[in-house]
Amino acid sequence: MTQYWQEISALTMRWVRRLSREKFSMLFTLVQPMLFWLIFFGNLFQRAADPQVTQAPNYISFLAAGVVVMTVLNNGLAGGVDLLFDKENGFLERLMSTPIHRTSVILSRFIFVMTITSLQVLVILGVAFLFGVHPATGLLGIAAILLIGMMFGVGLTAISMAMAFSVKSHGDFFSVLGFLSLPMIFLSSALVPLTAMPGWMSLLAKFNPMTWAIDAVRPLILSSWSEALPHVAMVVVVMVVFDALCLYGGAKAFRRAMG
Amino acid sequence: MDRAVAIDVSHLSKSYDGHHAVTDVSFQVHAGEIFGLLGPNGAGKSTILRTLITLLSPTSGHATIFGLDSVRDADRVRQLIGYVPQERAIDRFLTGREHLELLAALYHLSKDEARRRIAELLTLVELDAHADRPAKTYSGGMKRKLDIACGLLPDPKVLFLDEPTLGLDVQSRLKIWDYVRMLKGRGMTVVMTTNYLDEADQLCDRLAIIDSGVIKTIGSPVELKVGLGGDIVSLTLRETDKVRSLESALRGQPAIKAVRVTPKGLDIRVESPEKALPAILESANRMGYSVEFIQYNRPRLDDVFLAHTGRRIEEAPVGDGE
Repeated sequence: MTQYWQEISALTMRWVRRLSREKFSMLFTLVQPMLFWLIFFGNLFQRAADPQVTQAPNYISFLAAGVVVMTVLNNGLAGGVDLLFDKENGFLERLMSTPIHRTSVILSRFIFVMTITSLQVLVILGVAFLFGVHPATGLLGIAAILLIGMMFGVGLTAISMAMAFSVKSHGDFFSVLGFLSLPMIFLSSALVPLTAMPGWMSLLAKFNPMTWAIDAVRPLILSSWSEALPHVAMVVVVMVVFDALCLYGGAKAFRRAMG
Repeated sequence: MDRAVAIDVSHLSKSYDGHHAVTDVSFQVHAGEIFGLLGPNGAGKSTILRTLITLLSPTSGHATIFGLDSVRDADRVRQLIGYVPQERAIDRFLTGREHLELLAALYHLSKDEARRRIAELLTLVELDAHADRPAKTYSGGMKRKLDIACGLLPDPKVLFLDEPTLGLDVQSRLKIWDYVRMLKGRGMTVVMTTNYLDEADQLCDRLAIIDSGVIKTIGSPVELKVGLGGDIVSLTLRETDKVRSLESALRGQPAIKAVRVTPKGLDIRVESPEKALPAILESANRMGYSVEFIQYNRPRLDDVFLAHTGRRIEEAPVGDGE
């Protein structure tokens, strides 16, 4: 057990070091969602969005939940990228030829992605706070938001790692990534509530796990525990199923790549 | 030779999606020797190597490292081996020292032990002065030295090197060869793949020539060359259009063992050049060939390769996905 921990902490430290040495990239990953979505998009659509439709005092407060979950989405889907490069340049083989537990590398990646995502979510909620969005359910609500984010993030990171282990080239990986990310956002309740969508879009959005996550995060920010609780309970169930499927697929892809 | 067996590969086959990467390969590596797997790209060398380092499980057959099965006892095998991958498996953002510290943790070394070994290895590969710079500032040779230091960190009983000098300049190559010889001097068993003939010839105690997933021959470079029996006379002819008739005229003459057409003329394997040379020149004269150039060679390793695979190593088709 102490050996297992020694492996995981050393591998996690490596991801932290890499990030800290890519200062530019760190800044952009951190700032981009807040700047682009929350500040620009939120303020831009302030008057175009109808409060009767969004059921929120203003568009930024409606959007905050969407931006939080979008950040989880983007970080999760990109979570396998570093492993993809490790696979391509042989670093992964070097790691796997050492007597480490076969899951250590993957686990270190989960820990790293979840930590960075949580920090980013906190920053986003902080910026939203500056724009007058005060989470209605308080600190406990924020903890619940982080938990939902992590549950969604685990599945997404698993998908991303599965792809990293399966693709032939990193070109394929990035095309699939680009193809997945925007439709996931538009076919969810991130930007517009389902009730305001054309019928076919709202139907598709109902099958998007992201919608469930947002629908739980949003009342945690906007309304109250009593309104949020049923959605939170629901998203926990959805995410357990989602994570189970993703982890199963990820484990299969990993075994195939390493066998 | 009655020496301890370090590695025993027995009837190893591996196929991916119906493609046979390696077919029924068997060989043994003795403890303390440098063993080479020589062959062109795509021959199956990497597949064998990756099986031995426990990253691939064979479709059939098995491999043992000091008696431990590469699949069943994989975890214990991993504690005995060091691996230097073919690609520059370097994290450009980490320093040299951080690479070694990461690996030290993965081999579960204590802090003190790790510090001692890392200092020793950095001195050994002469990277002391650069240990705290990110690896992206390293030259190709320095990255290779770091690679080797990483492979040596667990103080392995067997070190696996995948194409150790691929793409290196001459000086770095010679340096790497020195390291490998020194490791052998310390009693380490070394298994390496290469597609450089001179590397196999100068560095390896024994080697296996591999082509299309099959071992063609095994032996020491000297044995393999002697095994060809005979030296080689290469003729360069002024006109090569009727070279076949000269070939058949020479074939079967006393002192001539084999004749092969080359783009420039003929390669003739002879028993003794003293007897064969006059006969060759006389035949060429009689048939009206003017010989532009004549060269006499003792067998080289590429002749061994040619004799066993039917082509030169550099003529081999470049394959991917070994």
